[in-house]
Amino acid sequence: MSVSKPLPHDAAALHVTGQARYVDDIPTPRGTLHLAFGLSQIARGRITAMDLAQVRSSPGVVAVLTANDLPFDNDVSPSLHDEPLLAKGEVFYVGQPVFLVVARSHRAARVAARRAEIRYAEEEALLTVDAALAANSRFEDGPRIYHKGDAEAAIAGSAHVIEDSFEIGGQEHFYLEGQAALAMPQEDGGMLVNSSTQHPTEIQHKVAEAIGLPMHAVRVEIRRMGGGFGGKESQGNALAVACAIAARQTGKCCKMRYDRDDDMTITGKRHAFRISYRAGFEAGGRITGVSFTHLVDCGWAQDLSLPVADRAMLHSDNAYAIPAIRIESHRLKTNLQSATAYRGFGGPQGMVGIERVMDHAAHVLQIDPVELRLRNYYDAPSDAPAEGGAAPRSATVPRGISEKMKDNSTPYGMEVTDFELHEITAQLLESSDYARRRRDISEWNADNDRLKRGIAFSPVKFGISFTLTHLNQAGALVHVYQDGSIHLNHGGTEMGQGLFQKVAQVAASRFGVDLNRVKITATDTAKVPNTSATAASSGSDLNGMAVKAACDTIRDRMAAHLGEVYQQPASAVVFQGDRVRIAETEITFETAAMMCYTGRISLSATGFYKTPALDWDRIKGKGRPFFYFAYGAAVTEVIVDRLTGENRILRTDILHDAGASLNPALDIGQVEGAYVQGAGWLTTEELKWDGSGRLRTHAPSTYKIPACSDRPDVFNVALYDGQNREDTIYRSKAVGEPPFMLGISAWLALSHAVGAFGAGYPHLNAPATAEEIWRRAERIQDGV
Amino acid sequence: MSTKMHIKLTVNGKNEEFLAEPRELLIYTLRERLNITGPHIGCETSHCGACTVTIGGKSVKACTMFVAQANGAEITTIEGIGSPDDLHPLQTAFKEHHGLQCGYCTPGMITRATKLLEENPDPTEEEIRFGMAGNLCRCTGYQNIVKSIKAAAAEMNAAKEAAE
Ligand code: FES
Ligand code: FES
Repeated sequence: MSVSKPLPHDAAALHVTGQARYVDDIPTPRGTLHLAFGLSQIARGRITAMDLAQVRSSPGVVAVLTANDLPFDNDVSPSLHDEPLLAKGEVFYVGQPVFLVVARSHRAARVAARRAEIRYAEEEALLTVDAALAANSRFEDGPRIYHKGDAEAAIAGSAHVIEDSFEIGGQEHFYLEGQAALAMPQEDGGMLVNSSTQHPTEIQHKVAEAIGLPMHAVRVEIRRMGGGFGGKESQGNALAVACAIAARQTGKCCKMRYDRDDDMTITGKRHAFRISYRAGFEAGGRITGVSFTHLVDCGWAQDLSLPVADRAMLHSDNAYAIPAIRIESHRLKTNLQSATAYRGFGGPQGMVGIERVMDHAAHVLQIDPVELRLRNYYDAPSDAPAEGGAAPRSATVPRGISEKMKDNSTPYGMEVTDFELHEITAQLLESSDYARRRRDISEWNADNDRLKRGIAFSPVKFGISFTLTHLNQAGALVHVYQDGSIHLNHGGTEMGQGLFQKVAQVAASRFGVDLNRVKITATDTAKVPNTSATAASSGSDLNGMAVKAACDTIRDRMAAHLGEVYQQPASAVVFQGDRVRIAETEITFETAAMMCYTGRISLSATGFYKTPALDWDRIKGKGRPFFYFAYGAAVTEVIVDRLTGENRILRTDILHDAGASLNPALDIGQVEGAYVQGAGWLTTEELKWDGSGRLRTHAPSTYKIPACSDRPDVFNVALYDGQNREDTIYRSKAVGEPPFMLGISAWLALSHAVGAFGAGYPHLNAPATAEEIWRRAERIQDGV
Repeated sequence: MSTKMHIKLTVNGKNEEFLAEPRELLIYTLRERLNITGPHIGCETSHCGACTVTIGGKSVKACTMFVAQANGAEITTIEGIGSPDDLHPLQTAFKEHHGLQCGYCTPGMITRATKLLEENPDPTEEEIRFGMAGNLCRCTGYQNIVKSIKAAAAEMNAAKEAAE
């Protein structure tokens, strides 16, 4: 009953009054100590001398730790054990933590951390993918290659062949709340850690290793984050571990919060890619084959780079049935921040690759870019409604009469059986009035020299599930108290996406009660163990199902008991309208709970869920890595100024598939926020390092995220009216990441606008900053 | 170490007196000394607006003001705007119109918006967008923030008319 309602975020009342607590807001005991890292000032080299006397004598300093002072493991990596908390004699990027200051205040720690005198024997730093490739500096033994058919042969025999190479920049998460952690020593040497993390279990694991205790001695709690976006999947490890070590050593509560500059200098960002492509097309616009090379800048440590780079490969087809494809992915090790998870997890970069191919091909073939895309879409499943309300089509159906049926399998051999994009596209093109606006824009552009407008459509097909199959599991813990109130805990973390509200809606609907009976508490490793990161958009899919399982266990016990009391079969017990009906009798939920309690029925249960049907071999690149796909499409219109490169988004229309949405208001919020963040990535958000590997854009003064005034003038967002064909929680679909990639339409619209300055193809890089647009517009106008 | 200074502030109607280093930043005074944690720290360089408070009728970013500069001032933070049982129309609107996700920007946003609506009680969407440009939000894409402010303005204007 409570499912699928546009209810506000569960903590909205606390947020609007400033009472919602983040890690930095938790009251701490007197004498709490504050931490800061001393950072490497060079990109690569050996530390030859480290004079910390000035640091130690700085006012308020209690202790200074280096790698040698660490009692147990010196590692904060989520994967390979290749990321020391404090540098072990060697440094690998500007900003790498070298020593740790423990002081009486945040400021005292930061001031002291700047007072070290460190001498280095500098070595040559690899600051670009070219340098890393030349030095064969990489993760894994060689490139990963996935393929289907013989792409080279297919391309060679094509009517048109296009090729190009372009850059896709990284992206700073800029979660508004920076990284933060707080450790409180417990009796017995145990540790209670509050960490702003998407992955409490990993924090627990790393802290336990670092203080030499089993995981049971460490409890990690997180009520909420002020934004995560992937940046708090592994990047919080260093702070939590540092706090725990310092707390163990001093016996005091220890807190660490990165200053924004430190945060941007130390932590990883979205992976930057260079994508080269060669693609073949038939005269009619059908793609014959494509070959991609991804040069992935992974930074200095492995972190999550392998699955990120894999996911980029897995999204190199996006919405298109490509008969022959080859993707070669080089995971390069450079001397920059270690790139990490970021909303979409490589998917966006892979998708930008194929969307660029489509855009380029449409220009060369002189076919409308939407038409070209439609001709290459995967076929719709047999039961999809045909356009114009005709009878359902049988099997997967070709779009045009002249078209053959497509091979509907992805490059990794998974059949696409839930392809919703034909319908989504048809609806969106109509609601956005695409065709007419595109014509109007051509006319308008013909009359205007300095300003040009552009419009573009782009689709999204995004695979849902962790590609590391074992991560697709979740647990929940539910208690019903004797007064009929319900306490709910699950392994997911809240970072603003509304996960807690969604799972509470699930719990309320299982018990047929009002939502205000359900209390959701902080994520806690002592309540639900061995959780996966809240990532891969999987939060509500996994945790919603686990909560449902736990609730159903309790509900079934209650039904059995009440049935017995009223001499009715359990099946005659119905939970509805905040009451329980047993055949003719109706009682309140409180009464039911109290009766079960006095009847000695257990009112507490755990629930567990694992995603079915997955089967994936990441080395071969074959199998079924995803449970299902989420879809969406966007049309964006922009305007650019040739003389300055300035540009604006004028209008955006989005139709997004959230299945049968659990909470349309929260989902639309996700779509809007994700689109703006995606468009930011491809337009204004530019990371710049100087020749010595120093990040120059380490504050919002130089790194430009979208502001309120940058939002599209007209912004129409709707959810597609559908439901998940797979058996997910109430047939909903994951919504955290997929709409991020709708932002690609903004980049393509800029390409269209810039293209209007001349006859050539603009060859835009990403981000298409004002500078990039100006440069490309000049070139195009000069006919280059 | 600089000498401490005698500071007097009125925060959300309450008088506060203490000794502080003049260079103490106001955001730390509020958060650490006075336990007023609604204003958040987002950037500490006056770019994000998470720390926005009202001082003497103006929106101020508390991260870049010394406590000495605020000496004698009347300060309003999000805590002084309303409470969960007694929400300001802007607070109600942000809650009902989903003007927040992670909520970290929300106290600063609402505090800024109270001033915006004082300066301009019936703003156009354009005026809202530029009036709020100093407050960043990484989650919402701003659509619902603008909607919330519009709704609150309508609500407040209707209440004013009814009162007249
Ligand atoms: S913290 Fe003050 S403006 Fe960002
Ligand atoms: S709601 Fe997260 S920053 Fe605004």
